[in-house]
Amino acid sequence: MAERLEITLTVNGESVTREVPVRLTLADFLRHELELTGTHLGCEHGVCGACTILLDGKTARSCLLLAVQTDGMSVDTVEGMADNGALTPLQQAFIDNHGLQCGFCTPGMLATLTELLDTIPDPSEQEVREWLSGNICRCTGYQGIVDAALDAAKALRGESPAGA
Amino acid sequence: MKPPPFSYHRPESLPQTLDFLATLDDPKILAGGQSLMPMMNFRYVMPANIIDINRVAELSTVEETGGALRIGAMARQRDLELSDLVQRRCPLLHEALLNVGHVQTRNRGTIGGSLSHLDPAAEMPAVLHAHDATLHAASKRGTRDIAMADWSQGFMTPNLEPDEILTAITIPCWPEGHGYGFVEFARRHGDFAMAGAAVLLTLDAGGKIDRASVALTGVDNGPVRLPETEAALSGQTPSPDLFESAAAHASSVPGIEDVHATKEYRRKLAVVMTKRALGQALDRAQAGGA
Repeated sequence: MAERLEITLTVNGESVTREVPVRLTLADFLRHELELTGTHLGCEHGVCGACTILLDGKTARSCLLLAVQTDGMSVDTVEGMADNGALTPLQQAFIDNHGLQCGFCTPGMLATLTELLDTIPDPSEQEVREWLSGNICRCTGYQGIVDAALDAAKALRGESPAGA
Repeated sequence: MKPPPFSYHRPESLPQTLDFLATLDDPKILAGGQSLMPMMNFRYVMPANIIDINRVAELSTVEETGGALRIGAMARQRDLELSDLVQRRCPLLHEALLNVGHVQTRNRGTIGGSLSHLDPAAEMPAVLHAHDATLHAASKRGTRDIAMADWSQGFMTPNLEPDEILTAITIPCWPEGHGYGFVEFARRHGDFAMAGAAVLLTLDAGGKIDRASVALTGVDNGPVRLPETEAALSGQTPSPDLFESAAAHASSVPGIEDVHATKEYRRKLAVVMTKRALGQALDRAQAGGA
């Protein structure tokens, strides 16, 4: 019978406790309560993929989750990816391959491709495109993003460092 | 924040869930949230009480019981897609799951949610219809088994009372080596399909069709079986001509019309999808199937 609840979750490795309205979405919790505005909101009904984050290591639409549902869980956003300013191989590959233009879709793209590369270390181009079908980009025509994913996969397998 | 105000309830067991359903005013079950949450964000639905069943562990089990798979309603689509048991015993379900939204939505979306939401273009209802599945519902008043044929009561209306919840689905498995096919037509991968067909097929020792089951999605208000197509196939030697004439019965479905396609176009697509799914199922049955 609650309209507000106290929740404790891990965001980018740090424990966070807040009392929130039950109808607050995870996306708005991240952006407004924690001021982590790297998670972008496009359509707010689960179609565009801009708000995709990692929930216990798996991608999810943060606009389709209530913040209270993530009580006790672990959320990773784009802000948690780089280590003290050192980009991940995936982020570096986006720069090297022109995988972003306006950058609005990028945080969601990075979340999706992080789970892809965790799941399938050596994906085919077709697999990359299938995973990316859940994220819309209006600038790049996707080719740069696909190239970045394949490049990052190589770097993560130790075949050639991204940016080399 | 986008959804209108509601009270939030998080049961940890099925009995607790049934108590909430029996006592709360205007309750709505929140499972994977991939359909309910968009509808709440748009304020198409404004439930007074949300019952979040994500922590009811007993609703997520998948097990094999006497030639059938029993799948808990909270089993997530992505978990089912990756399940060895599903791939081995119910490969049609695996195949169809690859067309349900995207990895990012399948990570949360549940099989029970697909069935209870009952979108006309949903893949799960057609697969379960082809499999003659049985759905298990529960309420404070007791439990009830519902044949998939009786599940859809009209446009997005499942056969569930307001105080009932879908708890599990029993899917009778087809014999090892059966053929299966799932084909749908959507503008982009993962979009809602304008038409899709699910086919199960077995061949006898002489290569004739022993048994066929054919169901459509996206064409009509709910999932539909094609008994005339099935009868036309039974006992026959498979051939392109046979599939052509059997699939033609798909055009007799009344069909729905919306901004994406006219009903005439959907019926034409239904025939083509049926033919393609039959071809896929035959190839697999001849190669040893599942």
